[in-house]
Amino acid sequence: MISVNNINKYFEDNCVLKDVSFVFEPGKTNLIIGESGSGKTTLLKVMIGLYEADSGVVRYNERNFTEMNFLQQKKLRKEIGMLFQGGALFDYMNVERNIMFPLDMFSEKSEEENLDRVNFCLKRVNLENTNSLLPSELSGGMKKRVAIARAIALNPKYLLCDEPNSGLDPKTAILIDNLIQEITQEYNITTIVNSHDMNSVMEIGDKIAFIYEGKVWWKGSKEDLMISDNQELNDFVFASELFKRLRRRL
Amino acid sequence: MYTILKTIGQYFLMLRRVFSLPERRAIFLKQIVLEIEKIGLNSLGIVIIISLFVGAVVTIQTAFNLFNPLLPRYLVGLATRDSLILEFSPTLLCLILAGKVGSNIASEIGSMRVTEQIDALEIMGVNSANFLILPKIIAAMFFFPFLVIISMGIGMFGGWLGTMSVDVTTADFLYGLKYGFNPFYITYALTKTIVFAFIITSVSSFYGYYTKGGALEVGFSSTKAVVYSSVVVLIFNFILTQLLLA
Repeated sequence: MISVNNINKYFEDNCVLKDVSFVFEPGKTNLIIGESGSGKTTLLKVMIGLYEADSGVVRYNERNFTEMNFLQQKKLRKEIGMLFQGGALFDYMNVERNIMFPLDMFSEKSEEENLDRVNFCLKRVNLENTNSLLPSELSGGMKKRVAIARAIALNPKYLLCDEPNSGLDPKTAILIDNLIQEITQEYNITTIVNSHDMNSVMEIGDKIAFIYEGKVWWKGSKEDLMISDNQELNDFVFASELFKRLRRRL
Repeated sequence: MYTILKTIGQYFLMLRRVFSLPERRAIFLKQIVLEIEKIGLNSLGIVIIISLFVGAVVTIQTAFNLFNPLLPRYLVGLATRDSLILEFSPTLLCLILAGKVGSNIASEIGSMRVTEQIDALEIMGVNSANFLILPKIIAAMFFFPFLVIISMGIGMFGGWLGTMSVDVTTADFLYGLKYGFNPFYITYALTKTIVFAFIITSVSSFYGYYTKGGALEVGFSSTKAVVYSSVVVLIFNFILTQLLLA
């Protein structure tokens, strides 16, 4: 479980996160949704310590992350898998070396055992026999799947995904969403997904926080979302003609 | 003034993170070998070409300037040798390497920053500054002295080729190369080289590491890396020459 309490974050005079509090539960796909520039990525970066919050507390299973020193944070980060918007694969390493990297750095196992783990992770994301390909030879969806494989290589307790299906076609986006949900349930991981893709929300949103102007404006499940009368949420979720029609039918 | 002090402070804070114990010695050593290839071996071609032609040109220019029957012809060899050892090979070559290696380092690390690869390293619990920058610094400090020694040798060979177009015999030129040789000059040149190698790699890494934005900013960082590392090299060239030779 990850909890954030009363998080405030300023960039100079601009308040990006205002008193944000939320609990992200294990075994569920927790979604942070909101418009571009609403503060979703900033919240995610505060949660992993890439940005320092001006006030507030981030807890990982009751461990206060905000009070930890650099080395303690570094130790805890080994329990976190992160999937970046662009994949953030290391350009000069092939697929195998990319997934092997965290194992090489932190696992005490032999090279052969690590290679078995790499192949297992690749199989899990349906990318067998791509070991020798370079990131530049992969499609957008494949890059995301390799990034997922790398993120789960060390069996993380927490999986953080920043817009995992941005730039992907709807079919591949759903594949990625389903993969994230399966992995979450299979390993009982606390997963947080940043998204502004409504298909993702409807597909995998077990628990949702809607961020609006830096505040948690609304929280609930995907079922609650369909019948909510929150104006800002409805303007965001039912922005497209398709979703408007869907809403009218409900 | 505030910005300059802030940048210098940020540079030393980065160095503090760079000079920490690596996570895995085996991976770290592998990184150093890779960097020696990228930074050092891949610069060998340009070092050879530049040194060969500069050596030849220095000889020809010196020969024309020392066109006096009272001056012995071996002075051409002596002047070529001292120009190469004292200034061209350690300083001018390092300025050229600041352009080649510095821009390469800044754009490589800058691209990693804007594509979130450095964030990915941090989240994995890897000290990204140490992992990315320290191998480059060590590789350059280890290999640049070899490049400079090679440059000295090739430059002198180029100088000998240059004697073919002026009125200096091979015997005179070789006598001049050996005449009154002070071995401390080599120590001085290599000391400068090691300091310059540190400056070029650390300053360029600094500008790459703190790149913000996108591809355009990576280009700006690369330019800044070359300009500032060259300026710092020139300043330290003056300081080291004062300390070691004056």
